[in-house]
Amino acid sequence: MAYVTNILVMACIYGVLAMSLNLTVGLTGLLNLGHAAFFAIGAYTSALLALAGVPFYASLAAGALAAGAAGYLIGIPTLKLRGDYLAIATLGFAEITRVVLKNWTPVTGGPMGLPGIPRASLLGFRLQTPEAFLALSLAILLLTYLVLQRLVASPFGRVLRGIRDDELAVLALGKETMAFKLRALALGSLLAGMAGALFAHYITFIHPSSFTIGEGILILCMVVLGGMGSNLGAMLGAFILVALPESLRLLGLPWAVAGPLRQLFFGLILVVLMVRRPSGLLGGD
Amino acid sequence: MSLLAQLLVNGLVAGGIYALVAVGYTMVYGVLKFINFAHGELVMLGAFVTYTLAVPMGLGLLPAFLLAVPLVAFVGVVIERAAYRPLRRASRLAPLITAIGVSILLQSLAILLWGPEIRSFSIAPAKGMEFFGATVTPVQILIVLTSIALMGLLHLLVERTKMGKAMRATADSLETASVVGIDTDRVIAWVFALGSALACVAGVLIAMEENMEPTMGTLIGIKAFTAAVVGGIGNIKGAMVGGFLIGIVENIGIWKLPAGYKDAIAFVILLGVLLFRPTGLFGEKLEEEVRQ
Repeated sequence: MAYVTNILVMACIYGVLAMSLNLTVGLTGLLNLGHAAFFAIGAYTSALLALAGVPFYASLAAGALAAGAAGYLIGIPTLKLRGDYLAIATLGFAEITRVVLKNWTPVTGGPMGLPGIPRASLLGFRLQTPEAFLALSLAILLLTYLVLQRLVASPFGRVLRGIRDDELAVLALGKETMAFKLRALALGSLLAGMAGALFAHYITFIHPSSFTIGEGILILCMVVLGGMGSNLGAMLGAFILVALPESLRLLGLPWAVAGPLRQLFFGLILVVLMVRRPSGLLGGD
Repeated sequence: MSLLAQLLVNGLVAGGIYALVAVGYTMVYGVLKFINFAHGELVMLGAFVTYTLAVPMGLGLLPAFLLAVPLVAFVGVVIERAAYRPLRRASRLAPLITAIGVSILLQSLAILLWGPEIRSFSIAPAKGMEFFGATVTPVQILIVLTSIALMGLLHLLVERTKMGKAMRATADSLETASVVGIDTDRVIAWVFALGSALACVAGVLIAMEENMEPTMGTLIGIKAFTAAVVGGIGNIKGAMVGGFLIGIVENIGIWKLPAGYKDAIAFVILLGVLLFRPTGLFGEKLEEEVRQ
């Protein structure tokens, strides 16, 4: 049972991540390959604060805000770039973040990471059991979904979709597209940071290899599989891609085969979906 | 002083390899206007195909290499045909995401086929020569000379032959080129074949100088891409200069910085160039840019 609970908690965390990336990639059409960096910033910020004795809700908020601020700051110069350049710039940002986390040993613990992060506690309850943490993760997932759904339907969301489809036209309508893109990226990063904080308090041990470029691409896979632009799709993509490697494990393949096989499958998903069905499982618009 | 000379030599050697890979990025960007994220994997494939033919199949390094080059070029053409051509009219994001997919696909396929371990051609280490206090091995000289010779050949091909002219026309405007009767699909296939062949050469040279592993393509790819951007993407001469520049700066950089940061240097240069001069050293103005 604990095994299933663990998978479900991870699916919730990745669900939040996938929806947050969907906001920038799916809705606004900004190819952000550095999402793992914002995930990492949220995780490390909240972990460091929690280790210093800050309560869970405050470190969660701080992790989210730190990632959001990082997204905003990175966006100011990079969002001026066109699609492909933005992809590369965010990729570069993710790699620099990882290298800094790995080498800035006095603060981040270097390659050894940060062990012993306290478990989450809320309103005086310590969420010791995985089940209690699952309830919290589900609540956050649901909340994120509702907020993002509301946002998609709002005039703000309409402008974002406009930017994705034809930025020049939106600009001609008098919208400051740069400001909208910046807010979309900052909000997406903030949600990724929140997911990172959640992850840190669940795993209780974080290290740089949890936040590689490959991680960012896995999140992109979830968005593409679910259907770009659809929040429900992003959640579905996250659940499938978190559960899939587990089912490969049930087949009893040795890890040396199952690991690359999983990657092979992710690669196939991206290529086949883009060529055959760019709208993914649930993407309609 | 000898340390600086050694770092300069190392930089030239790395630069020669980056330049070979960078022209692949820049040529594809020139004709299709998208970043072929999978290009770095062809470097890896070149090294491993050559290894398989040379060591387990016992062909010897040179025949294996001569067989591997057309093979890898063929793989490059197949990738374009299967994954990129169907998307030529799709949204800008589609080919980029597909290229990332191809990259993961090739990398994991290599791990399944060859295993994750690091391999080498196990060439007996040759005695190095001394130049101004720096040690230079014959392989390093081979790398720099091969790189410069192939760049020269490529330059002649693009500037002097009919196919080169067609490539330049396609890069200027795909539509106009096809209107005047250029078979642009064929030109694009040739661009992929040439870029992939050069990537294969680069892969073999890296494996001779250091070693090979299935994940080697990612970092090489990103650095070579940086080189292409520094030189001005779409510009072949720029890619050559950018390659040597990145190699040298990166190696001189660890003179003052901890070696752990070496791989981040290229990224910092990349971000700097993108922010302050996105057209690079030799690049022309990008027309489709949406300006504020």
